Amino acid sequence: MTFLSNESAHSPLDIVVLMKQTFDTEERVSIVNGQVRQDGVKWVINPYDEYAVEEALRWKEAYGGKVTVISVGPERCAEALRTALAMGADEAILIYVENSAAEQLDEHVVSSLLHAVLKDQSPQLLLAGHFSVDQGSAQVAIRLSVLLDIPHVSAITKLVRMEGQRVKADRDAEGDTERLEVKLPALFTAQQGLNEPRYPSLPGIIKAKKKPLTQIDALTLYPDFSQAVGTLRTSIELPPPRLSGKLFAGSPAEQVEQLIRSLRDEAKCIG
Amino acid sequence: MGRTIAVIAEMRGNQLRQVTFEALHAAELLYSPGDRIVALLIGYQLDAVSNTLMQTGIQELIIADDESYKYYEPEVYFAAVRTFNDIASPDIILLGHTAMGRDLAPMLAAHTKSGQLSDVVSFEASEAGWTFRRPVYAGKAFESRRFVDRATPWIITIRPNNFKAIDHLEDRVSTDIANVKQTFLPTPSPSLRSVVHEVVQRMSGAIDLTEAKIIISGGRGVKSSDGFKPLEQLASVLNGAVGASRGACDAGYCDYSLQVGQTGKVVTPEIYFACGISGAIQHLAGMSQSRVIVAINIDPEAPIFQVADYGIVGDLFEIIPLLTSEFRKMLT
Ligand SMILES: Cc1cc2nc3c(=O)[nH]c(=O)nc-3n(C[C@H](O)[C@H](O)[C@H](O)COP(=O)(O)OP(=O)(O)OC[C@H]3O[C@@H](n4cnc5c(N)ncnc54)[C@H](O)[C@@H]3O)c2cc1C
Repeated sequence: MTFLSNESAHSPLDIVVLMKQTFDTEERVSIVNGQVRQDGVKWVINPYDEYAVEEALRWKEAYGGKVTVISVGPERCAEALRTALAMGADEAILIYVENSAAEQLDEHVVSSLLHAVLKDQSPQLLLAGHFSVDQGSAQVAIRLSVLLDIPHVSAITKLVRMEGQRVKADRDAEGDTERLEVKLPALFTAQQGLNEPRYPSLPGIIKAKKKPLTQIDALTLYPDFSQAVGTLRTSIELPPPRLSGKLFAGSPAEQVEQLIRSLRDEAKCIG
Repeated sequence: MGRTIAVIAEMRGNQLRQVTFEALHAAELLYSPGDRIVALLIGYQLDAVSNTLMQTGIQELIIADDESYKYYEPEVYFAAVRTFNDIASPDIILLGHTAMGRDLAPMLAAHTKSGQLSDVVSFEASEAGWTFRRPVYAGKAFESRRFVDRATPWIITIRPNNFKAIDHLEDRVSTDIANVKQTFLPTPSPSLRSVVHEVVQRMSGAIDLTEAKIIISGGRGVKSSDGFKPLEQLASVLNGAVGASRGACDAGYCDYSLQVGQTGKVVTPEIYFACGISGAIQHLAGMSQSRVIVAINIDPEAPIFQVADYGIVGDLFEIIPLLTSEFRKMLT
């Protein structure tokens, strides 16, 4: 009874999830000719985007509606989108950018491309990861909320639907929790702790092959997008090696003594 | 005409956060003669804090002081930032890469259609202009980027504890506060689209982890909440703060507000002690920039030893009390 009345109070939702395919940061990063080496690398859905996909699927299961996943990137990103379809998303859109151009995108351009596609679709709920583990700048989703002129809450660990179009979100603010209420349409970015993402099931993987994956060439949306970037990479390098990497030997007391001596005399950061 | 360099100040409780003084120092580094430095301060009951800010060498302070700014709310704060941007027309805007800064900065960047560099740890002037260095791939690499000329304002968020704080006050008592222009923003209108209901504050210890010079962190190896006691004692002798791995938080040994890492706090102390922490990449993302890393772990194969400057293979319950008593002897 309660369940039914709850359901009728909540209309189905058009949900969009912003996704990025990233380099698995468990992998070794090496740099060749001023670029991060990409061949043989394992590509994954950005872990924070997985939380966003999972949340979208849970909302669809609870209230009905449709989940569209969308990504900007080269051909290989289709694989990540297929994985999201296998998890249960209904449709996927790839805003296609050539590999060489993808290296030069910045957050201004990526959010503009997403805006070009989403401005006419008016989804009620947008979800994204809090940031991507490769570039780590946490800009694209928030920029998009401004371009779409909708409110957002970043780094959420809980999302609850209230009466009508109201939603309550818990935001993780450096360990504090902020409880906000916003009106849909709105955008949320997912922090770890929001949920536990599911794995694609075998039937899911089979079904995913038949689900629509639309490719849109970025150039048709924004002909001179590569000229529009606000920032450019000038170089990339590995961090300098650690100063000593010293393991002490001897009894615990001797090791402690050596450690203190090193901190004082060598690293000069104590005493 | 010179440029306008702006700093968006940030409060923690009724004080300015350390990163605000670091942003002011960064502004000074970017400064050339003819430029002016302005600051925006948003919060509630800001009189004392405004006074402090006006002694940091800025030329203008714009203040948004209202009860509705008591807690960070994206829509209401952003409205103030937008007005500030209209009034001051800054060419460069600096914020801390904090829960507030990393939220506000991209809003402004989208509004002004400009470039933004997040989580910057340093910058330098070269022939091609300023280049900004920032970690990528969870700290496994660093990229340098520059702004494209036409893209203004430049929006930059800086990682806390990576820039020196401005030598404020003492050196600047001579600055005549009366010469600092003060502008008050009008009372904000409430947002119709979102509202903050409550804020559960858990920033526990007296020292903000992101500002601490010494951090003693415990992981699952600490085994219980009581297991954190020896770490707390070491922290108190060294005047440091206690941190934790996600593993320790998930196991319920400590509060999530202590979590260091990709989803927790990103810290850059002088010394980071990792005790009973294996060294997962998500943990390293939050501390690998520490100046000196000390690892204490019973497992010689633990990946944390690969980033540590100094390592002790041993039982933390044996090693840490020894460290505490040795440091106590040394420091008294
Ligand atoms: C999306 C995502 C985000 C994440 N974000 C974070 C994050 O922000 N921060 C974070 O920390 N993790 C994060 N994690 C989790 C991370 O992957 C690891 O699971 C976590 O860091 C492990 O914590 P730990 O090192 O305490 O535990 P473990 O990996 O279990 O390591 C415990 C260590 O303690 C040692 N030990 C045991 N007993 C003793 C003893 N008596 N003395 C000395 N040493 C002892 C063991 O040898 C072992 O190395 C994230 C994971 C994901 C998927």
